[in-house]
Amino acid sequence: MRRIDLAIGIGGAAGQGIATPGDILARIFVRRGLHVNAYNAYQSIIRGGHIFLTLRTSEQSVLSHGDKIDVLMPLNQDTMNRHLKLMRAGSAVLFNSDTIKPGDVPAGVQLCPFSVKALAPTIKGDLVQNTIALAAVLRLIKVDFQILEEILTLQFRRKGPAAVAENVGVARAGYDYAETHFTPFAFSLPDTGKRLAFFEGNQALAMGGAAAGVRFYCAYPMSPSSGVLHWMARHARQLGIMVRQVEDEIGVINMAIGAAHTGVRAMCATSGGGFALMSEALGSAAMMEIPVVCINVQRAGPATGVPTKTEQGDLWQVLGAGQGDYPRIIVAPTNIVDCFKLVPTLFNLADKFQCPGIILSDLLLSEGRSSIDPAELDFNVPIDRGQVIGLNGDGPPANGFKRYLITESGISPRAVPGTPGYAHVVATDEHDEDGVLISDEFTDPHKRQAIHEKRMRKMDGVLPLLPPPVIHGPANAQVTLVGWGSTEGVIREAMQQLADAGIAANNLQIRWLVPLHADAILSILSKSAKVIIVENNYSGQFARYLRAETGFAADGHIRKYDGEPFMPHHLVDGVGAILAGSTKLYVPVHEIHV
Amino acid sequence: MATIVQAERVKVTVKDLKGKADPDWCPGCGDFGVLAALKQAIVELGLQPHEVLTISGIGCSSNLPGYLNTYGMHTLHGRAVAVATGAQLANHALKVVVTGGDGDGYGIGGNHFVHAMRRNVDLTYIVMNNQVYGLTTGQLSPTSIKGMNTKSTPFGSVENPINPIPLAIAAGATYVARGFTGQQKQLVELIKGGMQHKGFALVDTFSPCVTYNHDNTHDFFKQRTRKLEEMGHDPTDLHGALEKGWLWGEVIPIGLFWRREDLPALDQLEPVLGEGGPLAHRPLGVASDIAAALVRELM
Repeated sequence: MRRIDLAIGIGGAAGQGIATPGDILARIFVRRGLHVNAYNAYQSIIRGGHIFLTLRTSEQSVLSHGDKIDVLMPLNQDTMNRHLKLMRAGSAVLFNSDTIKPGDVPAGVQLCPFSVKALAPTIKGDLVQNTIALAAVLRLIKVDFQILEEILTLQFRRKGPAAVAENVGVARAGYDYAETHFTPFAFSLPDTGKRLAFFEGNQALAMGGAAAGVRFYCAYPMSPSSGVLHWMARHARQLGIMVRQVEDEIGVINMAIGAAHTGVRAMCATSGGGFALMSEALGSAAMMEIPVVCINVQRAGPATGVPTKTEQGDLWQVLGAGQGDYPRIIVAPTNIVDCFKLVPTLFNLADKFQCPGIILSDLLLSEGRSSIDPAELDFNVPIDRGQVIGLNGDGPPANGFKRYLITESGISPRAVPGTPGYAHVVATDEHDEDGVLISDEFTDPHKRQAIHEKRMRKMDGVLPLLPPPVIHGPANAQVTLVGWGSTEGVIREAMQQLADAGIAANNLQIRWLVPLHADAILSILSKSAKVIIVENNYSGQFARYLRAETGFAADGHIRKYDGEPFMPHHLVDGVGAILAGSTKLYVPVHEIHV
Repeated sequence: MATIVQAERVKVTVKDLKGKADPDWCPGCGDFGVLAALKQAIVELGLQPHEVLTISGIGCSSNLPGYLNTYGMHTLHGRAVAVATGAQLANHALKVVVTGGDGDGYGIGGNHFVHAMRRNVDLTYIVMNNQVYGLTTGQLSPTSIKGMNTKSTPFGSVENPINPIPLAIAAGATYVARGFTGQQKQLVELIKGGMQHKGFALVDTFSPCVTYNHDNTHDFFKQRTRKLEEMGHDPTDLHGALEKGWLWGEVIPIGLFWRREDLPALDQLEPVLGEGGPLAHRPLGVASDIAAALVRELM
């Protein structure tokens, strides 16, 4: 049975209040146990420009923001002009006819004009049209007015009973007007009886940090990573987390390293530009063997780039961040739940192997929002601090403690400052087992080799602890779509569409990037009929990485680097073109100008 | 001193503070005097080696933590103050001392320096100011005097140097002093005062480079430095502190320029540190009721 799949698009200029109706709708959906995926296309502007929020809901998991809009709520003429032509038969467009004119209407699209002047003649302010449109939408999908009334009452409670009455009154007028003037959808919005949670990737990353026991978080504001800082700052006192806004990203990572050295779990987040500033210090964390976790929420680069648009363009930056070879663990969460769950896992690995851990997110994942079963948000996670001395008071007798003792695993016990008997110096200069510099007077190539090998050897122990990637979908598919990080959802939705079109596709989604399960990946891909690599960048950064690590060259590539995320049909079209042999590289054109 | 470590306190001598390596500074380098003064200060303050965390950046003087038997971090060039800020906040029971040079602190580390003072982080920052880049073999530093010939200014520098004393006062440091390695007793007192001070303490120290700075030598400072306490200076007098800080010529004042004790340090202002001891030693994990509340926010 085909279930409900409803996408609502709300568009306008920054400052027109798009977020509020979006939040209310999302809340109504998840409180009925419906799944939601939300993507907000926006610009680097505080007032003006064009913002377009897509909110998609279904009883089933919603893997992406989809291909179509069923209900358009244009809050200004610009939005109408940009989006109406893309509307399909069966969809509805709700708009304030006082100020917005539709123009050419595609066949089968229901226009739902309402007059704010007529429905709310006495009320001032631009937000009235939002409330009316919201109420009308709820009428079209047959949600009881009482539910909106409760939400508005809660929302305006602080402004007093007059404000509540006014907003509920306006909403009622819009709801009633829709009832008599517009044709509702054939379905009624169901209520599954369950309740889901709804959150964005940055919140998930921050909450994952809290679950991991992060006690020190610092950052410099940078879109699209600032959501992590905001969540941490808001919950700092409740959770006992020291949160600091630092003068620059160089300060951020160094402060986190200083904190981590004393034994706290320390985390920071930034975007590509800030990450570039952190590069040297990440190497220093590896050299001093201090565990620290850094999140890079990618945006479209290079340089300042497109601050509010998504890209997977920093893979090679994080692979090669900083001078020299050093152990690092890099993971790219593939969905929002992953954002939450991977943080404690990465902290355990960073602690165990005493090296930096890097999370590679992107705008789509970090600012995208998704419903989630609250049972998935388990804060009671396993914690492994590795070989650390003095965290809970005195250590055992030091017995000639050597901070960088050469061991088979490469892991040397570390002691935190303040522990009696274990005083030692950690150094970013090359040093011997005892932390004494070997770079100044007499380098000693043998010592350098031994300690460098000890550090790098730690990586051998990481790979066996990481789950190898597994193929998702039918084993004997005509094509394997390889992606990494945030593209999982859209690839899996495209797989369903391909299946409907008679093309069997499966998906290999890579989460752990360094160390890479090269043998396991090669073994899977060598059995695939055709392999297409999907990524949000120009040069095929993952394709090149995979080739470097495995020698494997894919049959085709689908890449997008216009700042907007893939829509499922982009991948379907790309797979079709590549399988037909018309191209090896497919770059979709984004139809919507946002 | 508040420390969570309950080890038996032992009498520490200067000898006990000898690090694992011997200094590799040039014979006659002023930095030997700073190392000796810091050890003496630790002994006189009765601190145990494990209670002190000495953090440096990169440069000749930044090698100091390796020559001292305390906890130490030899971090990146210019980053010591940022690392130290994180360490002090994460374990405010530690006595955190930052050591380094003028290029490290006032040049590449200038941004962290200014902001740590603004925040009044409880650090003691000893800058071994030799007015030249030594480890890179003699280039201009931010404190090199105008006209100085160096490898990077072979025809003489046309730039004005930075003056760390008024800069520190203006930026919000709550203890601002200048020492000279030729006045060892005073230097010990200035460092001790800085370490006892709750807040950001700068001890800018003339530590002459015998190899690359032939202008600002030991004798240069010996002839010109004058102790502030002999000049009748009151370190709570802001205008006097700024005026004395600007003096550079036949008389160069050394001593305590500025001190204020009415401002809390950052760790004292941070509610998260209010109770529960150093963050580093608090248990991990989120209480189940708080976890439930966090999830409820999303429903």
